[in-house]
Amino acid sequence: MTQWSGYFGLILQGALVTIELTLMGSVLALIMAFLAGMGRVSRFFALRWLATAYIEFFRGTSIFVQLFWAYFVLPFIGISLTPLQAGVLALGLNVGAYAAEVVRGAIQSIGREQYEACTALNLGRWQGMRHIILPQALLVMLPTFGNNAIELLKATAVVSLISLTDLTFQAQVVRAQTGNTLVPFTTILIIYFILALLISWGVRSLERRMARGLDGVRA
Amino acid sequence: MSASAPIIKIDDISKSFGSFKVLDGLSMQVMPGEKLALIGPSGSGKTTILRILMTLERIDGGHIQIDGEQLYHMERNGQLLAADERHLTRMRQKIGMVFQLFNLFPHKCVMDNVTLAPMLTKGTPRAAAEKRAMELLEMVGMADKAKSMPAQLSGGQKQRVAIARALALSPKIMLFDEVTSALDPELVEEVMNVMRKLAAETDMTMLLVTHEMGFAHDFADRVLFFDRGRIVEEGKPDEIFRNPKQERTQGFLKKIIAAGHRV
Repeated sequence: MTQWSGYFGLILQGALVTIELTLMGSVLALIMAFLAGMGRVSRFFALRWLATAYIEFFRGTSIFVQLFWAYFVLPFIGISLTPLQAGVLALGLNVGAYAAEVVRGAIQSIGREQYEACTALNLGRWQGMRHIILPQALLVMLPTFGNNAIELLKATAVVSLISLTDLTFQAQVVRAQTGNTLVPFTTILIIYFILALLISWGVRSLERRMARGLDGVRA
Repeated sequence: MSASAPIIKIDDISKSFGSFKVLDGLSMQVMPGEKLALIGPSGSGKTTILRILMTLERIDGGHIQIDGEQLYHMERNGQLLAADERHLTRMRQKIGMVFQLFNLFPHKCVMDNVTLAPMLTKGTPRAAAEKRAMELLEMVGMADKAKSMPAQLSGGQKQRVAIARALALSPKIMLFDEVTSALDPELVEEVMNVMRKLAAETDMTMLLVTHEMGFAHDFADRVLFFDRGRIVEEGKPDEIFRNPKQERTQGFLKKIIAAGHRV
């Protein structure tokens, strides 16, 4: 039993790495999503093109290959990343590309009358975006952002391939050392599931808090 | 500027949506302080005129002068160039608009709806913006709802807030686009009362597009009857409503009366 508790400790350490990766990857994904999503609706052709190229490229290529590129290929052009940096970069850029389309869709879902009210009140493009359009669009984005975050959490498992000691990596270590497959893999299955539930729950409560003002029961 | 110069001067403008010509060589002038009612069948171009003045639609041809300055053109070295965003922003300060569907910001309370634009576009400090907003909300009878969210208000209340919001920027010209059309019948009167008061108490220039002929009659100094992108007939409310000269005006008014509207 003492032997197992040591192995569980190992897996919990892996869980911390996975959580760390998920949080940092989500932050990068969020930044990329807003940059590229707003780039897609920019009135400047170059920005639209750049955003579209980024989105199509990172959606259209495998996250495995992106990760290998970040970790194994970038050193050839003089950029050496730690496994964690490479993992955050690949995950953030990949999921950010999906989330950028969420940002674009949400911005475009806000009715034309809101944009016209901004014009009639003489707000600048950025003022209208910042104070009127984005706050309303954020509420539309949130549920899908929750999905994206869960996708990102699950995708963190690929970083075990570049020897980052995340949940999946540690489960393999435990399996190699104990010869037991059922226990480590069932354990991490449950941990991934719990983490995903936590994200769902977090996003839902955030959604409720933000929606409160809109249906008119703001305190 | 002398009082006799028009504040709006529309000169031979045209506007098409696809192959549909909404405005066709339209010219008209509005004097400072004038209260104008634009009436006519749907698709006659009256709402389009308001939207063009608010820069929500661009013109295909012609010129518009607001308060002595070109709206869609800039004068540079004696040449007329297409207006850039900076010029439009400056021109928009002279104009305010109230929409058929209110277009309030649903995520902001009544007070914030009214104070947002003055604070952002004029740099008005919050305290001053809120003081002015309270005066305006009082005028439209909505002071007690300052902390409410738009979703908690009736249509008539929303529209009164929208009027206060447009007034907060102190425009010289106010455009009202069918502001009572989306309201339940019992709520129409409260909005009309606010506008009557506004018309009586201020010297703002006001353009009103409406299907409420009785209201147009009471509100306006001058009524323009539009059909197919042109002004068919214009005159004092009594002339147009009691004694229309053009056949098309007569036909339109007959139909409106048949539909149960008061004249």
